[in-house]
Amino acid sequence: MTTTEEGELPGEAERREADRRERFRAGLRAGLGFGAAAFVVGISFGVVSEPLMGSFAPVVMSALVFAGASQFGSTSVLLSGGSAVTAVATGAMLNARFLPMGVAAAPALRGSRWRRALEGQAVVDASWALAARGKRGFDRELLMGGTLPQYPGWVLGTLIGVIFGGALGNPEDLGLDAIFPAFFLGLLASELRRPHAVPTVIAGGAIALALTPVLPPGLPVLLASGAALIGLRR
Amino acid sequence: MTAVWLTIGGLFVATVAIKAAGPLIVGERELPERAYDVIGLLAPALLTALILTDTLARDQDLTVDARAGGLACAGVAVALRAPLLVTVLVAAAGAAALRAIT
Repeated sequence: MTTTEEGELPGEAERREADRRERFRAGLRAGLGFGAAAFVVGISFGVVSEPLMGSFAPVVMSALVFAGASQFGSTSVLLSGGSAVTAVATGAMLNARFLPMGVAAAPALRGSRWRRALEGQAVVDASWALAARGKRGFDRELLMGGTLPQYPGWVLGTLIGVIFGGALGNPEDLGLDAIFPAFFLGLLASELRRPHAVPTVIAGGAIALALTPVLPPGLPVLLASGAALIGLRR
Repeated sequence: MTAVWLTIGGLFVATVAIKAAGPLIVGERELPERAYDVIGLLAPALLTALILTDTLARDQDLTVDARAGGLACAGVAVALRAPLLVTVLVAAAGAAALRAIT
């Protein structure tokens, strides 16, 4: 941090570095709240997945995949008797939103293309939304700060869930099966602030409900993604 | 159990690839405008489908039970702009309370 770019006033680099650290800390502060939410949802993921996966695999899944919606989605496909292929396809489709999110974040990330692809792994819903609201376009520091507390929150929550799931009792008695739709609803609410998403929400919901009685579990959700083709009409 | 590990491995690779794709693509050229129009709507379509099937489906049957009550509680929390953590706790408490009294 001793180099000064050409044409900069003395101290300018230091000021930018201090500003960068301040935005990272702002991301961390918001991220502690996200991390607490991720911890609770992680517990429910551990409790719900333990009967199917045992106590080790759910923690590995959370540590590697680190994407709640797709973990719940693919697990519920497996729980209802779907195949691994359907489970991965459903989970991958649920993560498809990370593609446009990554495109939006890319210019703010640092270094070579591969380094930026690595930094792009920090894109998760809550901190992406936080960073996209930054004053100067997308804010890399808010993204990193916001994501940092969520990773240990998510993995530790999963661990607590699989260890104490039995002691917590029946997940349904605790209402834990209501947690993931609620979490999705919270994420959907921020999508609905874009009014043009409303026809897609209606069509996607209608497709999923109409196909549920006639197709194996998992496929109605996968096919509901077809509602996004409404975007071609604009 | 094989299906579990295949799912974990497959989803890990898919998720890393999807998250890496944006930064990798931007280095080259932009996707056509119309592709973004579709991709940007995937999340609302899929989230809605997941919410409804998680709340109303039991395998291939559609039923209204305590999960729907929990979701209604979450809806109130979201309408009041509650944080995500509060929203999920309210939904769990609502569903648990409904099961306790029925």
